[in-house]
Amino acid sequence: MTAEQRPSPARRRIQFGVFFQGVNFHTIWSRPDSGSQHDFDSFVTVAQTAERGLFSAFFLGEGLRLREHLGRIHDLDVAGRPDAQTQLAALAAVTERIGLVATQNTTYNDPYDLARRLASLDLLSDGRAGWNVVTTDNAWTGENFRRGGWLDHADRYHRAAEFVRAAQRLWDGGAAPAAADGDIAIEDRLLRLRAPAPLPPSRQGRPVIFQAGDSDAGREFAASSADVIFSAHGGLDDAVAFAADVRRRLPAYGRSRDELAFFPGQHFILADTAAQAQEKAEWVGQAQVSPQTAIRFLEPIWGTDLSGYDPDGPLPDIDPVIDEADGQRGASFQGRRAVETARSWRDSAAAEGLSIRQFVIRQSARRAIVGSFADVADLLVRYVDSGAVDGFNVSPYLVPGGLDDIVDGLIPLLQERGIYPTAYPGTTLRENLGLPALTDAADAAA
Amino acid sequence: MSSTPFAVVLGLEDGSSLAELEPPTLVEALTRRVRSAERAGFTAVTFDDAPLADAGRYASIDAVQRAAFVAPSTQGIGLIPRTHPAYTEPFHVATQLASLDWASRGRAGWWPVAASDPREAGAAGQDPLTDAELARERDDAIEVSRRLWDSWEDDAVITDVTTGRYLDADRLHYVDFVGARYTVKGPLITPRPPQGQPLVIGDAGAPGIDVALVDALHADRAADPEVGAPLVWALLRATVSPAGDAEALVQRLVELSRVVDGVHLVLEDTDLDAGIDLVGRAVLPAFDRVSGGIRRAVPRPGRTLRDTLGLERPLSRYAQKEIA
Repeated sequence: MTAEQRPSPARRRIQFGVFFQGVNFHTIWSRPDSGSQHDFDSFVTVAQTAERGLFSAFFLGEGLRLREHLGRIHDLDVAGRPDAQTQLAALAAVTERIGLVATQNTTYNDPYDLARRLASLDLLSDGRAGWNVVTTDNAWTGENFRRGGWLDHADRYHRAAEFVRAAQRLWDGGAAPAAADGDIAIEDRLLRLRAPAPLPPSRQGRPVIFQAGDSDAGREFAASSADVIFSAHGGLDDAVAFAADVRRRLPAYGRSRDELAFFPGQHFILADTAAQAQEKAEWVGQAQVSPQTAIRFLEPIWGTDLSGYDPDGPLPDIDPVIDEADGQRGASFQGRRAVETARSWRDSAAAEGLSIRQFVIRQSARRAIVGSFADVADLLVRYVDSGAVDGFNVSPYLVPGGLDDIVDGLIPLLQERGIYPTAYPGTTLRENLGLPALTDAADAAA
Repeated sequence: MSSTPFAVVLGLEDGSSLAELEPPTLVEALTRRVRSAERAGFTAVTFDDAPLADAGRYASIDAVQRAAFVAPSTQGIGLIPRTHPAYTEPFHVATQLASLDWASRGRAGWWPVAASDPREAGAAGQDPLTDAELARERDDAIEVSRRLWDSWEDDAVITDVTTGRYLDADRLHYVDFVGARYTVKGPLITPRPPQGQPLVIGDAGAPGIDVALVDALHADRAADPEVGAPLVWALLRATVSPAGDAEALVQRLVELSRVVDGVHLVLEDTDLDAGIDLVGRAVLPAFDRVSGGIRRAVPRPGRTLRDTLGLERPLSRYAQKEIA
């Protein structure tokens, strides 16, 4: 490990965020202890449990269109989500320290409206709001919005960067009430607005900006604009390589490494002993991947109905059907890529003698950290020492009880090892993430 | 009107002035006012929304979020944010209101207005709409929201382990809305809210409203079939403290209770908190004594806003279609 990867002493700790997913087969709905996905109480329980565990942040996604599968509403997974900011505003009243982060896209929102709503959440939560900036471009999603599928794939990060810049100007301009001639005016080919700054800054200055893009353009965008970067790089080596790559890009934007925190997504399956954790991973996998879900997992790649295949038999021996018109699948699953993916999955399953269901369980479990509380606590010490991970964004496999293992079993051991706080370090999300105060950062960049 | 309980709704117009307070004071003031209104016996509160700052001021803190923030610390009072739907995304707005209904356990209302400040268009990067276009935008927003709230039937979540299905896809519906300036496919991203549909209030004559708002001076319009809504509330402004006209207000409420189903009362008192308290201590108890048996719509813990107002919970239009 290189010297520049090592964390500063103040940051030598691990943090957690929790993502209330409300979508995907990861959340188990079939058990007696599976709670409601839409009653407000479920959200309160998860947020308050996370706060009891001193989590930095509670995240909600943004639903733009209900998932479909081969032209029908996808019916196997949990579904039905609240509006992120409305729900977080309600949760702000029943929590005190945890950050409240809303995923909001820059394609089907308008910058003034979104900036005002995020500033509202930041004021109501007294400096605990965050914005997970995402982009989207597919026309299928656009069918629920005024402009339809208006943005070219190549333009989505241009629009996103202009959007974030516009939001920051609207937030920064709020330090004093609007002057009569003080409108902020922006004229870009993909974004224009003219308005006075809407609201005053919160105690943390402005909402914390999270970003999750993994493409080259996404990493560049994160290096230029994000306070926190999400990633799928939760494995230790992978996380180290990812952090090094993104950090290399920071100086070009006049930013120091302390100004960007790394929060990979991660699943944890924990128990008293390693054997018990393995046993738990077994039933979690079985419950997440029903026989029907196993078949459905393959169908978007194969692009056709596979219900005639036995989930306990081998992967289909046909090549995918290519339908370039299927907008929901997005560019990445179309064409040659689907054929290559299908062949590699088939070969890999055949080599290991896995059935469809076994293969899908293995695919979906690959990113989980499974182990005893003590072993995982030791592993997280290594993560902290790598300097590549500031925290993990956890998606519990059960709602609302799925955080109990982490909060009651793992966190006390992390505290014993000196890598987890015993109280919230501050009152704002920015402080609790260990990010430098905004004025200092702005001065440094100027 | 005797079968319908009489609603007394407090109109809060503090969205911008709250933004001028320091945050801890801000949320205390917001929560205190709505809780005092609930204690005072107001049926519901409305939250004003000024999307743009006037010179020397701030814009409102978002009205839907103010309503959502007070939802967990109140039990029975209706929460009715006002919004300007002409330049916002109707799909997001419908989702926000459904979410407010979930977070408040069935106490959400919505007051969409045909806003006319041309600066709102500029803030959205658009050219200003005409008054007729603004009204059409409001009407479209109401219609598409109602369809979206219906797009999940009440029992769409089935959690059927045998077939592996969480949802019954047949109980989810595309709304295929075509408005003047946009289309929406649906279904909503949020399950059907507790009230089925949050209560929609608006100008008399707007299509698809549950409550028509009329000027108190012309409250006889309640008898006019063109109001086009099951209930009519009169818009009233008054001052009650310190020396104030509490008695005059009681008389006015009694008169109005004979011709409309409720009042929307904006207190113009300098000390708003004192005004709310005084209505609770003096005005509403006096109204009950002299109203001649007219029952007020009093918020009770666990009741939805529609329950409090004596309105039925609507069936989903898509479920109704299948029954017919």
